[in-house]
Order: sequence, then structure tokens, then C-alpha cells
Amino acid sequence: MSDADPQTRRNAPALSLHVPQPAYRPGDTPDFSSIPVPPAGAAPRPDTAAPARDTFPLTDALVRVLDEDGRAVGPWDPKLDPDTLRKMLRDMVTVRVFDDRMYRAQRQGKTSFYMKCTGEEAIAVAAAAATHRDDMHFPTYRQQGLLVSRGYPLTDMMCQIYSNRGDKLQGRQLPIMYSDKPHGFFSISGNLGTQYPQAVGWAMASAIKGDSRIAMGWIGDGATAEGDFHSAMTFAAVYTAPVILAVVNNQWAISSFSGIAGAEKATFAARAVGYGIAGLRVDGNDALAVYAAVQWAAERARSNAGPTLIEFFTYRAEGHSTSDDPTGYRPAGEAQLWPLGDPIARLRQHLVALGEWDDQRHDALVKEADAAVRAAQKEAEKLGILPEQGRENIQSMFEDVYADIPWHVAEQRDQCLKEAGL
Amino acid sequence: MATMNMIEAINSAHKVMMARDPDVVVFGEDVGYFGGVFRATAGLQEQFGPQRCFDAPISEGGIVGTAVGMAAYGLKPLIEIQFADYIYPGYDQIVSEVARMRYRTAGEWTMPMVIRSPYGGGIFGGQTHSQSPEALFTHVAGLKVVIPSTPYDAKGLLIAAIEDPDPVVFFEPKRIYNGPFDGHHDRPVTPWAKRPEAQVPDDHYTVPLGQARIAREGSELTVLTYGTMVHVAVAAAEDNGVDVEVIDLRTLVPLDMATIEASVKKTGRCLVVQEATRTSGFASELVALVQERCFYHLEAPVERVTGWDTPYPHAYEWAYFPGPKRLKMALEKVMAD
Repeated sequence: MSDADPQTRRNAPALSLHVPQPAYRPGDTPDFSSIPVPPAGAAPRPDTAAPARDTFPLTDALVRVLDEDGRAVGPWDPKLDPDTLRKMLRDMVTVRVFDDRMYRAQRQGKTSFYMKCTGEEAIAVAAAAATHRDDMHFPTYRQQGLLVSRGYPLTDMMCQIYSNRGDKLQGRQLPIMYSDKPHGFFSISGNLGTQYPQAVGWAMASAIKGDSRIAMGWIGDGATAEGDFHSAMTFAAVYTAPVILAVVNNQWAISSFSGIAGAEKATFAARAVGYGIAGLRVDGNDALAVYAAVQWAAERARSNAGPTLIEFFTYRAEGHSTSDDPTGYRPAGEAQLWPLGDPIARLRQHLVALGEWDDQRHDALVKEADAAVRAAQKEAEKLGILPEQGRENIQSMFEDVYADIPWHVAEQRDQCLKEAGL
Repeated sequence: MATMNMIEAINSAHKVMMARDPDVVVFGEDVGYFGGVFRATAGLQEQFGPQRCFDAPISEGGIVGTAVGMAAYGLKPLIEIQFADYIYPGYDQIVSEVARMRYRTAGEWTMPMVIRSPYGGGIFGGQTHSQSPEALFTHVAGLKVVIPSTPYDAKGLLIAAIEDPDPVVFFEPKRIYNGPFDGHHDRPVTPWAKRPEAQVPDDHYTVPLGQARIAREGSELTVLTYGTMVHVAVAAAEDNGVDVEVIDLRTLVPLDMATIEASVKKTGRCLVVQEATRTSGFASELVALVQERCFYHLEAPVERVTGWDTPYPHAYEWAYFPGPKRLKMALEKVMAD
């Protein structure tokens, strides 16, 4: 019988389309006990020069360093000194305070948009600490911790958020789409995924030039579905590019849970296997595990041993952005039930366990961070907030389209100025 | 000075610039050891090594995306998209990233790169090897769009494009890559050796971007065109006894409006010719500009000669292609009006 003969299929079941659904929706009480959380210290640490296949078991594991009591255990313990730990804690606290202030500023009508990274602070902060100051990051939109860690002025970040007179991007970019070459922070794009092959290209250029700097590309779980993810992985593998490719799996892409990006079938880290590059799956709420994984991948890249895909397993504790209300698609209070805990609380607990921190010092740190953020905000607001913008220096709108203004853009500028009565 | 066809001239531009500027890096599908399916990059890997000229995976999005990263690093990527018909997977990177990087970063990051690609019909390439997608790029602020029509211009414009601080989409008319074209697909052609525009200096020179060329001087009617159609327009002018001035635009963005205006104001009649599909083509932009700026000098409505609004049909190539007959009918109409 031919394939086309309907007789052959008479008793076959009707096909049905599987549309993934998250386990819990608003009104449900989430139970995350089915998420495997291996004990800290259990994952082996291969040599950084090991063949990629030696890492493949780690793409289905979870590299964790901090145990339930806040002790650093196992082969991935980066053995950081207390000053480095305190610096990371300070940066993470600063990011959280900054996020709260800027979220509030948006609600007060001072700007159009903001995105917090609450619950994910350890990832960007520890990655910045584990890479060299002149390595280049190609971030997506929840890596403000890179800038904070590298000492980029908070006022400059806020000026960008307000699109005001101090905004180095001259009001051309949506809030939080920062760019700063001196701090190794590539311009953020709202077209998700584009930065991934760009990071690989930067790394390829560094290799072509015999440089020693590496690149780190960032993407979310949702945007791994973009073709750019595949092209980045392919080019990184083909040319053994000195690049670290991070997937921040915070479980949610606006309202779509990670299953819509394929997480029901395999981990994001496991995608490394098909490309033949090293892969690690890491507890993203464990600052020491993040640091250790990035340090491992950086050493590997810098010694021409090739790229690493790292999945940071975490949870987006708040909405996607100020334009999003997560209570419409997931249970309230999920973040509190998330099995990997809060990254700031965990690092704080670790420092306390080491005898290098206490409640008073922590309270003082939060107060200092709050004071620093408030002072920066005051400075930034002296240079204006968004509702006051867009009236001065209108001609700047026509600059930087090209290196020189061509006649047709110049004519449009003149018409625009006339329209504005200038 | 040597007689070169367009491929040889483009290859020469690569060699000149790779030797002059160690930051120029060439990659694309099949461009390395093999030297490209049209041979534009022949010999580059051998001469400059595999780190300066190499094969890329079949991934136009990856080619453009990694080129963005390389330009961010400080290199000058000179990339080949094997056919313009294949450029669409790279379109997001070109439109959202390459074109806007200078603007969105207020000049902190720039994209000095050239995206080369053979375009257009006349080689029986069917619908996936014949398209003319230039209007998809002229529509994007931040890109420059260049299309040569002779070997001399191809080399000089390509060198100017590589040296330009802005990203350039460089479409090469593949019908005239190897042999010349006299506008008629069914007649013998004058060989390159007998054409002054195929006499190409071996060394560095530029043809500035943004400057049109008067391919044929005339007094009665102005034809605005570019690429392969320049040769069709010159043929139509010779065949029909109309004293046509043919302007080869060479650069579509930024456009040489001064040369266009001077010519149309002189002749009072204008015909715009493109190979691409008709609706929303670059010809439409040219018609709008001419009527905005030259309306009171016009003796007749501006006409368009274009490809049809269909996909490019394989067996019907010469019924689709805007040839001398379509131009003749249009010339007669504009002259009669």
C-alpha cells in the first residue's frame, strides 16, 4: 500500500498539537519541588582545557557553590577574598536599590519605561567581576549589573533613562538601552538576539588580531529561539571564537514561560552539545557559582580552547518591564517560593558565615547604596526628566544618521526646524 | 592600466585595499579557497592568508551579525552575500543594527563595512538568483547604496565604499560581471578590450560616492538609471533616433540630485528605468523627486520602465527583463506627450 492510501491510516489516532503550558497560573499555589536542585559542591569541575564533551554532563546538572548554610563548597568554589565578596554584595545591593528608584521614577512620570533585574543581580555582577575590565560584553537588557560593577556613574545611567541633557545617547534610545565603550558595554538593541552573533564577531576579530581580550554575549531564554542564537553558536563553534555565550534563563519571556522556547524538552545549556562546544548549567542565584563558571569559561576562551555556553538558571522576580503586569499570567508570590532563593540574601549569608559581615554592616551598606542612588538621581534630575525633553537642540535628531549629513537629510532638518518655529 | 571585466575590477579593488589596510577582512559563502562562485575574491586567501579571507557558514544573518561585532572591534569587514536574493536572513542585522549603530550610540560605535552582493537578472537565474532588492535598502536611513555599471566604476566605487566611514550596500550587476552587455541579449557585443570603461588602473583610485555619471550626453530626454539598465538605456538611445541623455546614478543613497536636476531642466523630459519590480521601487522615488524639483521644466509626464510586479520567471526571462523594446515604447510616449 502506498503512503497515500487512507486505509493505512484508518485506525491511527488523530494528530494533536502540543502547546506547552506552565504548571501554574494566577490563583494557583506553585509547588516547585519538582525542579531538581542538586546539592552545592556536587558538580565536578573539568580542566579548562578539557575537551568540550567532558562538560556535556554539566549541561544537565547545576553548578552550585553556596550550600544551605551559606558555606562555599566543592570544586567550583572560586575562593574569593572577603573584599571581592563584599564588592559583589555592594554592587548587587546597589543594582537593587537603583532598580527600585528608577521603577518609582517611571511611575512618577519622569520617564517612559524601565526594566528591573530583581532576583538576577548576581549574574551580571559576578560575570563582570570574573571577566577582565577590557573584555567586551554584548548585553541584553537586564545586565545593568555589568555597568554598576565596572563603576559606570549612576548619574550617567539615569541621564540615559531620562533622555535628558546629560544623556550621551542624545535621547535617541529607549531607557536602559545603555552603551559605553570605555566600560566594555556594547549598545543594547531591542531586537532580541542580534547581539549574540555580534559578540562572536567581536571575539573573532580579537582572534584575527592576535589580541588577548575576549567577548561575552548575553541572551534570555525566550530569545534563544531567534535564528541569531543558532548563527552565533555555529560561528562560535566553527571558528573556535574566544567568546562566552550566556543564556539568562529567568523562566519568563514577558508572559511566555520557558517551555515556549523549548525548555520542556532539554535544558538551554544542552544546546552546546549539538554544536560541540563546552556547556555549563549554573545556579544563577549563587554569585560564587556564577563567578566560578564565568572564570572557567574566560580562562578557556583566553587559551584558544574555544567558546562556552552557560545557562544561568534563575527567576525573573518582577514584571518584564514597567509596561507589564505579571499577575495576569502567573501566580503572585512565585518569586518567594523559587527554590534557589534570593541572590543577595545568599551572598550576605555566606559573608556572615565567614565572619566577614553582620546585620549592622549590611544595614549600613543598604543605607549607603540608597544615599548614593538618591544623590545620583538628584544630579541627573538637574539635567532634566523625559517630559521636559524633545524641544531643545532639535537639529541633533538629524546628526549621526551618517558621518556627514547628506543633502536630503539636511533638507528635512531645515523643514523640521521651520515646523518647530526655529 | 589593464583591460578588466567587472569581476576582475572588483577583485583588484579587494587586493588593493587588503594590501593597504590590515583591518580589511573578507568573508562570505565560498569566498575563501575557492574565491567565490563568481570569482570576485579569487586569490585573496592565498595572498593574504585564511585569517583575512575565509569561508563562512551558509548563514547570512551570521555573516552580517559577526561583521557587526568585527566592525565594533575596529575591523573593516568587506563581506559577500552570494546572491542579493539570499540577503533577507541578514536583513534584520542590516536594518536594525548596521544602519542604526552610529545613530543609536551618538557616534560611539560606527559600522564601516561593505556588504557586496550580485543582483539582477539576465543570466537565467530564476527567481532566487535574479532579484533587484535595492529599494529595500534605499528605504533604510543610515545605509548608503551603490550600484556600478562599468569595470572602472566598480573598482573605484568599491574602494571608495571600503574607505567610507558609513556602511555601504554594494550591489553588483551580475549580467555584466564577465562579458559586456549592449542592451540586447540576442545580438553580438563589443568586447571589453574595445571599451574605455574597461580600462582600469592597477593601483588605488576612487570614484566618489554620491556622484552620478553622464553615460551618454543628449538634449531631448533624460533617462535616470543604474546598473545593467544603463546599457539598455544607451542601446535604446542609439536605436531610436532620440537624443537621449543617460544618467548612470552609480550611488542611489546619497543621490546626486544636482546632476539629475540640471539634466532634466535641460531636456524637459524624463524617463526612469529600473530592473526591479515596479511598485514602491527606487524609480518611484526618482519620479517623485523630479516632479517636486523640475515640474515647471517638464514638457511631459515622467514615465517609469521597470520589471513587472511578479516574481522573476525563469523561462520568461526576456519577457520580464526591461529590454530595449520596453524602453522604445516609453521613449515614444514621453516624446509624444
